[in-house]
Amino acid sequence: MRALGSSLYQRLVIIIPYAWLLIFFLAPFLIVFRISLSTKALSVPPYDPSFAWADSFADWWDKLQTMSFDNYVWLTGDPLYMNAYIQSLQIAGISTLLTLIIAYPIAYGMAQAPRTIRPTLLMLVILPFWTSFLIRVYSWMSILSTTGLLNQLLMALGIIHEPLVILNTNTAVYIGMVYSYLPFMILPLYSALEKMDDTLIEAAQDLGCTRIGAFWRVTFPLSIPGVIAGCMLVFIPAVGEFVIPDLLGGSETLMIGKVLWTEFYSNTDWPLASAVATILLLVLVVPIVFFQHFQAKADEKGR
Amino acid sequence: MKSLGNIRRSFAPWSDPSAKPYISFKNVTKKFGDFTAVDNLSLDIYNREFFALLGASGCGKSTLLRMLAGFEQPTTGEIVLDGQNLAGTPPYRRPVNMMFQSYALFPHMSVEKNIAFGLRQDGMPKAEIDDRVAQMLKLVKLEQFAKRKPNQLSGGQRQRVALARSIAKRPKVLLLDEPLGALDKKLREETQFELMDLQQSLGLTFVVVTHDQEEAMTMADRIAVMSHGKVVQVATPAEIYEAPNCRFVADFIGDVNILDGNVTSAQSGIVEIAVDSALTLRTASSEAPAAGSRASLAIRPEKLRVTPRPPANASVNATEGEIWDIAYLGDMTVFHVKLKSGQVLKASSLNAVRAVEEPFAYDQNVWVSFDENAGVLLKD
Repeated sequence: MRALGSSLYQRLVIIIPYAWLLIFFLAPFLIVFRISLSTKALSVPPYDPSFAWADSFADWWDKLQTMSFDNYVWLTGDPLYMNAYIQSLQIAGISTLLTLIIAYPIAYGMAQAPRTIRPTLLMLVILPFWTSFLIRVYSWMSILSTTGLLNQLLMALGIIHEPLVILNTNTAVYIGMVYSYLPFMILPLYSALEKMDDTLIEAAQDLGCTRIGAFWRVTFPLSIPGVIAGCMLVFIPAVGEFVIPDLLGGSETLMIGKVLWTEFYSNTDWPLASAVATILLLVLVVPIVFFQHFQAKADEKGR
Repeated sequence: MKSLGNIRRSFAPWSDPSAKPYISFKNVTKKFGDFTAVDNLSLDIYNREFFALLGASGCGKSTLLRMLAGFEQPTTGEIVLDGQNLAGTPPYRRPVNMMFQSYALFPHMSVEKNIAFGLRQDGMPKAEIDDRVAQMLKLVKLEQFAKRKPNQLSGGQRQRVALARSIAKRPKVLLLDEPLGALDKKLREETQFELMDLQQSLGLTFVVVTHDQEEAMTMADRIAVMSHGKVVQVATPAEIYEAPNCRFVADFIGDVNILDGNVTSAQSGIVEIAVDSALTLRTASSEAPAAGSRASLAIRPEKLRVTPRPPANASVNATEGEIWDIAYLGDMTVFHVKLKSGQVLKASSLNAVRAVEEPFAYDQNVWVSFDENAGVLLKD
């Protein structure tokens, strides 16, 4: 009886996250996927066919016949989309790397700080979240523009004589990305570094490592899970980022989020926009699934 | 000549005035802010010695070890190892290795990588590293666990990996911080003897920090008993036990009965002390305290005799009491005898035979007596 109760409880515990995924991830994805197989139409909703509960089975079958992968074929035909995907991955990749390089020393410093001031430091990292994301990106526009704070400062200091053109370039996008996603990198890194046993560093030094040697042979390898978590948390949303490239980027910045927006709102082409979104999801999910698969295999091997 | 503790020593460089110490702490003080962890301490340790630093937590023993390893710098004073002043030498350049209390094994490396860590750091050729690692694995009997990660090992196996890693570089001195603290009792006892054998066969100098007096007594050639940042007594285990130099050491090591009284006479190596009207002590002592001064005699429980009837000479070193508690421990029985004065003495007797004609009972009236050389006169 007790065994039955506990197994029922165990199943329930597993069912909850699966149900969550099903309702909030899989169902919307299937809706988007289904739209991506339709064609653009001047109707509400703006695609054809649309299914209704009142349809007979024959209607259903006819409508199903009209659905096709034409939108996906179209995506491969126009180099714009391919370029947008590649540039999105590139910008997200470089942003992630820059974020990692900046976040690691910050997280390391926080983890080395006296225990009493660590909560304060953590608070400071989270503090920017208290103001709207949009406001923060807008304020970067006023900092980076040709008449902005940065140029004024540099000119006043006599470092430059002509204002630098930063706003509406990819540089501004990188600055915005690194700034916006820094906390998402710092937090997992900090939690990995904070757990680190200091005696491991002492042991490494005792066995002949300098402080720097001990860092590279012990601290850094042990923080890899934090590095991976942080990179995922930054890279994945960065690929689909829309606001930052739209506000800070220029004509050279072609990111898939912006393409998606244009197809959806300017061209009212929901089916094509859905196809773009579906491909984006595959581009992101497939490598992660592969990574996890190999990770699990490596773990098993170590056992 | 009589020898303390029924042991004859062949290894005793500390009693040879011409022997040069291998490690010297010279007036070392270590302060952490206002707190003095080590207080103007001087100590000599000899080559190939198994030396134990024994004390309660916070007595400064770990700080002393950490200063030798180079993780802490003395505030004042100097540490000399094999003729070389260690001041300013970082941990990674010191010819000492440490076995950490928590073992501090690198969790991301296999057993063999852990052991090879220090060798790789020294840039030893790969073939030589492999040889040495194999040799170390054999020494600690972990050959079949070479590829495992530390979290796939038991506590005892981890302890062996930590040991192998710390001796792989053949340090001049091996420092052991509570090396057996995390093991259960049976494994701990086995490992004590293994450590002793290892130290003998490698010919290394071991400095071990421990709070476990039994561990220190078993393994060490000499023990330094520490308290509040100072060394209270440095001596062999037998000397520490049989001839403690103060009340603290007598009390800290093993069980002891301490009887306080006034000195009535002190001549020709015999001191007489009056405890009360019922008990007069007579003890052999090289010291001669002034008559009328206060003195204490420390007597170990096993040196007290408990008898149902008064001994032949009941006027000195004998008194009457009643059995208050009996603890039967198998190998011996411990009696708590309450004297007329209210003081409770602990007396233990070895259960050398299986059955006794006249067993003791609770509340029974008994006599407690001891020999002239059973106790140690303590200075206060």
